Amino acid sequence: MPLLWLVLIVLALAGAGYVLGRQRAMSSAGGDTRHLHSLPVYYGSNVAIFAAMPAFLVLAVWLIAQPLLVDSIVSADIPATAVPEGSTLSLLMSDVRRVADGLDLAISQGTIAADEAKTLRADATDVRALLASVGVALGSDVNETTLSAAQEFRALTGTGSMAMTVVVLALALGGFAYAYSRTNKDFRARNVVERSIRGLLIAAASIAILTTVGIVLSLVFNTVEFFRLYPALDFFFGTTWSPSFGGGSELGVLPLLWGTLYISVIALAVAVPIGLFAAVYLSEYAGAKVRAFAKPLIEVLAGIPTIVYGLFALLTVGPLLVKFFGSGGTFGVDWMSGASSVTTAGLVMGIMLIPFVSSLSDDIINAVPQSMRDGSLGLGATKSETIKQVVLPAALPGIVGAILLAASRAIGETMIVVLGAGAAARLSMNPLEAMTTVTAKIVSQLTGDADFASPEALVAFALGMTLFVMTLGLNVLALYIVRKYREQYE
Amino acid sequence: MYDNPNLERKVAQAESKISARNVQVFYGDTHAIKDVNVEIEARTVTAFIGPSGCGKSTFLRCLNRMNDTIDICRVEGDIELDGENIYDKRVDPVQLRAKVGMVFQKPNPFPKSIYDNIAYGPRIHGLAKNKADLDDIVEKALRRGAIWNEVKDRLHAPGTGLSGGQQQRLCIARAVATEPEVLLMDEPCSALDPIATSQVEELIDELRDQYSVVIVTHSMQQAARVSQKTAFFHLGNLVEYGDTDQIFTNPHDPRTEAYITGRIG
Ligand SMILES: Nc1ncnc2c1ncn2[C@@H]1O[C@H](COP(=O)(O)OP(=O)(O)OP(=O)(O)O)[C@@H](O)[C@H]1O
Ligand SMILES: [Mg+2]
Repeated sequence: MPLLWLVLIVLALAGAGYVLGRQRAMSSAGGDTRHLHSLPVYYGSNVAIFAAMPAFLVLAVWLIAQPLLVDSIVSADIPATAVPEGSTLSLLMSDVRRVADGLDLAISQGTIAADEAKTLRADATDVRALLASVGVALGSDVNETTLSAAQEFRALTGTGSMAMTVVVLALALGGFAYAYSRTNKDFRARNVVERSIRGLLIAAASIAILTTVGIVLSLVFNTVEFFRLYPALDFFFGTTWSPSFGGGSELGVLPLLWGTLYISVIALAVAVPIGLFAAVYLSEYAGAKVRAFAKPLIEVLAGIPTIVYGLFALLTVGPLLVKFFGSGGTFGVDWMSGASSVTTAGLVMGIMLIPFVSSLSDDIINAVPQSMRDGSLGLGATKSETIKQVVLPAALPGIVGAILLAASRAIGETMIVVLGAGAAARLSMNPLEAMTTVTAKIVSQLTGDADFASPEALVAFALGMTLFVMTLGLNVLALYIVRKYREQYE
Repeated sequence: MYDNPNLERKVAQAESKISARNVQVFYGDTHAIKDVNVEIEARTVTAFIGPSGCGKSTFLRCLNRMNDTIDICRVEGDIELDGENIYDKRVDPVQLRAKVGMVFQKPNPFPKSIYDNIAYGPRIHGLAKNKADLDDIVEKALRRGAIWNEVKDRLHAPGTGLSGGQQQRLCIARAVATEPEVLLMDEPCSALDPIATSQVEELIDELRDQYSVVIVTHSMQQAARVSQKTAFFHLGNLVEYGDTDQIFTNPHDPRTEAYITGRIG
């Protein structure tokens, strides 16, 4: 039975459960809601939840587990000798899955009968041609091993899906019947519903946490794998970055880290003062009318895709800087050879970050109670004294948070760097020279024909891990500052 | 004749500190204060009484132009401090507020230490010559605010960590520290226990020697105890203004009588 049908049936059961549960509760109370423990909706929801929730839960787990299980059973049956030279078991398995899918398609289009598909033999039929006729293109002829594995795959999948349908429907019906039978006027449906809602919320929270854990683990494992192939010391303390897929690469992270930090610092040096001053103006000095139109206008900056900022860096800011600092430029110095430079990317990134800083700080400054300002003004302080000595200190933890958020954005930014800062990994103090960052190099290591077993590709994970640790460190620092401040003032 | 202190006091009391004429206050279209005329005398405690929402706080805030901070608020009429119109263009509201200090209805300590809260005004106005001087000012202010004993061991703890009543006394001390000529107090004792209340009342009495104090209060007893003049507000009107004794013993207006005997509120 197709999945959609299964889901619809369970939903229909839940809907029916809602109506019936409600009715049963009402009739057990003689039609008077005052005799019920809970409101009628709760009785209905209770039955609906029992019909749908366990069924959907099992369905979800089954959908994830079954392919993994089938895969491992089928691949265990393939003898090691059957794997062709220069290929791997996982490549073979993907062939198997393709053939199995192709057979499914062929059956559904009526090209072959279902029984026929089960008894198909590679030496008797040209499976490749057969599948090509239903639109599934295969890279090579299908040999006997692949075909029989595919057949086993189909058989197992079919059985599994059958079992899944039965189990899910049974659960839905069982839950329905159980909850329905418990429904009477004294049953505490409200508490039960409350508990299931809590379960739902917990599930949502755990999905977020588990995903994070999964991502971190995959980063960690791949990083460990990379350090097995490439010495960690050379990675962390190497001052040269020159990957070559032929081997003999030097993968020192220092030039990349330097580029990242340099660009981020320039970006923050632009964004923090401008953003903060703009926020102070908007929240303290601007009238309601100016605010109503200036604030959204600044926030539009946040909506511009970073690639557009990148173009702006490449086509406008870079050439402009060259006009000033390049050879024959306004200042008569020859400090800048090309449009790509740390300053180009930093300036543009700073502009991109202004709305982050200003918009968050503005909200935070606005959240400082008016009574605090009144207290200061009432003592004869001027507006700017009030802002400097009362409002900003009170808003400081939030502002620090906003700045650190902007810093994480700067460190993680890629597009502006690729277009504005160039691709040369370099350790240099000159802000007018081209450099590159960790993110930009992750992209260049993974684009193209990357062989995921080589250190040149795996280094991307180590770089990602480095970035992750940096942003994590920033967040911890932010928390620390905020807490320290709280201890002092609250 | 000049040896008679009572007489001297009487002469001093007649001197007007603030005089308000035909004051109207609007919040947008709401007419919150309607045509109020009042003379607030120097070295006198004046009490504003009246039911909630009648405009006591609003009128009080006119006296040091705190209403300037509310966008929709509009003030009309004349208010003179020592004969000078405070709504004149040449008057700097910042300077005015240093002279006319204010304690707000809700305690609003700054998120700073107790010491810095008190030192805030003196620092801004440069009242202290050196650190020791500032320490003196802080201690004196805290003593006058009847809170010194409770906080003398934790002057550098945050002011926001005090209890509500302590915070209110801190705010009183903070206002006193800048040595204003007029002190406006909006229900300063609403969060205080009887002991702290009587200490604050003592402070008010003491301040009367040099300053004018205007106090908003919901407690008839307090108004009777601390003030020499009382103004009764009702629905934005100043219904009756006169000597406290006369207002409480022999009110001319039936609304005043109804309010102080507890029949309207
Ligand atoms: N910021 C404001 N915006 C609009 N209307 C206001 C504002 N502040 C006060 N008002 C209105 O002005 C009127 C007088 O308010 P005010 O705060 O002066 O009363 P009050 O006498 O101090 O009352 P209470 O004894 O409860 O403190 C009320 O009707 C109130 O709704
Ligand atoms: Mg009030």
